[in-house]
Amino acid sequence: MSTTDVPSTTPVVDTDTEPAPRKARKRKHRKMNPWGVVAWIAGIGFFFPVFWMVLTAFKQETDAYSDPPKFFFTPTLDQFRAVFDTGVGIALLNSAFATVVSTALVLLLGVPAAFALSLRPVRKTQDVLFFFISTKMLPIVAAIIPLYVIVANIGLLDNIWALIVLYTGMNLPIAVWMMRSFFLEVPGELLEAASMDGASLWTSVREVILPLVSPGIAATALICVIFSWNEFFFAVNLTAVQAQTMPVFLVGFITGEGLYWARLSAAATMAALPVVLAGWLAQNKLVRGLSFGAIK
Amino acid sequence: MTAIDDRRTDEDPSEHIRRVREAKEDQVSRAEGWRRRGPLLPALIFTIVVTQIPFLFTLYYSTQSWNLVSPGSRRFVGLQNYVDVFRDSQFWQVAVNTVILIVGTVLISVVLGLLLALLLDRVFLGRGIVRTLLITPFLVTPVAGALVWKTSMFDPVFGIVNFVLSPFGVGDVDWISRYPLPTVMAALVWQWTPFMMLLILAGLQSMPRDILEAGRVDGAGAFSLFRELTLPHLRRFIELGAVLGAIYLINTFDAIYMMTQGGPGTASANLPFYIYQRAFLGFDIGQAAAMGVVVVVATIIVATFALRLIFKSFTGKEEAA
Repeated sequence: MSTTDVPSTTPVVDTDTEPAPRKARKRKHRKMNPWGVVAWIAGIGFFFPVFWMVLTAFKQETDAYSDPPKFFFTPTLDQFRAVFDTGVGIALLNSAFATVVSTALVLLLGVPAAFALSLRPVRKTQDVLFFFISTKMLPIVAAIIPLYVIVANIGLLDNIWALIVLYTGMNLPIAVWMMRSFFLEVPGELLEAASMDGASLWTSVREVILPLVSPGIAATALICVIFSWNEFFFAVNLTAVQAQTMPVFLVGFITGEGLYWARLSAAATMAALPVVLAGWLAQNKLVRGLSFGAIK
Repeated sequence: MTAIDDRRTDEDPSEHIRRVREAKEDQVSRAEGWRRRGPLLPALIFTIVVTQIPFLFTLYYSTQSWNLVSPGSRRFVGLQNYVDVFRDSQFWQVAVNTVILIVGTVLISVVLGLLLALLLDRVFLGRGIVRTLLITPFLVTPVAGALVWKTSMFDPVFGIVNFVLSPFGVGDVDWISRYPLPTVMAALVWQWTPFMMLLILAGLQSMPRDILEAGRVDGAGAFSLFRELTLPHLRRFIELGAVLGAIYLINTFDAIYMMTQGGPGTASANLPFYIYQRAFLGFDIGQAAAMGVVVVVATIIVATFALRLIFKSFTGKEEAA
């Protein structure tokens, strides 16, 4: 009971045999307490569907359809092979291309904008920021009809560049806000000091500011990658075969007959893996991106 | 005169500095103004073109009677589309679904997120790993997640959910066709709980430990400490999470598209899905656009609240810095 009530900060020891408090503090980090067990159960519970997806991806269809569910089986790569045979390659390439190019565009446009809204602010900075964030508040469904008409009229239906432009527009406001919050952490005097030394603005930005904010820019890029890769609404409405992305590819698996769970899980795993890795890498900065830099 | 002025500046030096700076900025040459604006303009113009112009078209389309199935029938009908939308009983059912989906998902994931954040705020073996496991549902491509929930989780015969519940006497329930909206909500809660947890955890970790320490010394119990100190501190973070969650969840489309296709009927459709159906399966551009405008207006009401919150947290941080 003593361990459950007392949070980590107090060096209370639950066994009488522990002599010195110093030793107790050292052991505390390795100790498993009841709440730790609860947390582990919760973590495994939330992770389970993902684990199950990956596990099923390595099964034969007969192992995938079994009651009770099978945890032990002979793993196979057949499903991944089958998914590749059904043409996942083009979808993977499209997703990767749309994600990388739109993220690069976001940084190209967003880094200077974040700079102009933080270290050498333009007038009406607050209004501009307000505008950027307000674009994220408008539901995209209200824009899809004209977007479809426009994209069709300029002949970009089922063309990956239509998605690239839209993904850039979708991520730019978040990126500007997020990067601005990193720029604001740079002491303004640094820029002044550099310019007093006679460095040009461009040189001082490149040599002094960019190295300081590059971890922030990297985190921003990872968050843009997650959002672009996972985007479905634009992709399903504006692409078909040529420019389909991974989420659109997965739609092929919901048709009523012939549900192949193992193959479907292999495709879902391939879709999810890149962003899960990106998210794990960016996890410390995830909150900042999702809250538009409001929470550090 | 000067004496009065001096005294005023003594009282409020920051105001004085601000005015001096403004005066200086006025003197800043036009060229300097453009040099400052230069880096901003490409991003600003791009965002205006890509995100704002479509909405203007939506407004325009919403005044047209325009069905793609009958070409040449396009004409101006004023507000007739809005009248039709408000008379459409399906629209109201779908609007109610949308609210249920957003409010339900936000409430449940905030409560779960709070509990998980409280767990993760403690020190235990493998805390980093558990945190990583917990955020994964938020990262998984929503379409892939929904597909897994629809098949290997909720399947009546081979699904994990019924397998786990079978010791409690639950038979082969077909969750998705019996309870379409709650199953979609379950998948959304799974996806959004990590988001709430991360925000609330950030709040917990920004909490000054000495206050809790002092409270404990005063002999307060764990529960009253939580209610009197922790919860008020977390309020801002919970509010922000709820409002941001609502803003993101208004756009929910993937899970419905993959799991239920809005069905049976419109039992699990929300507004984005219904508008999609109307526009791309029913080809009724005018009415779909009018519905889009209605959604935007509703969102703006929520969003003004959201923006104020975000700005508040944000300026609060700046003052502290």
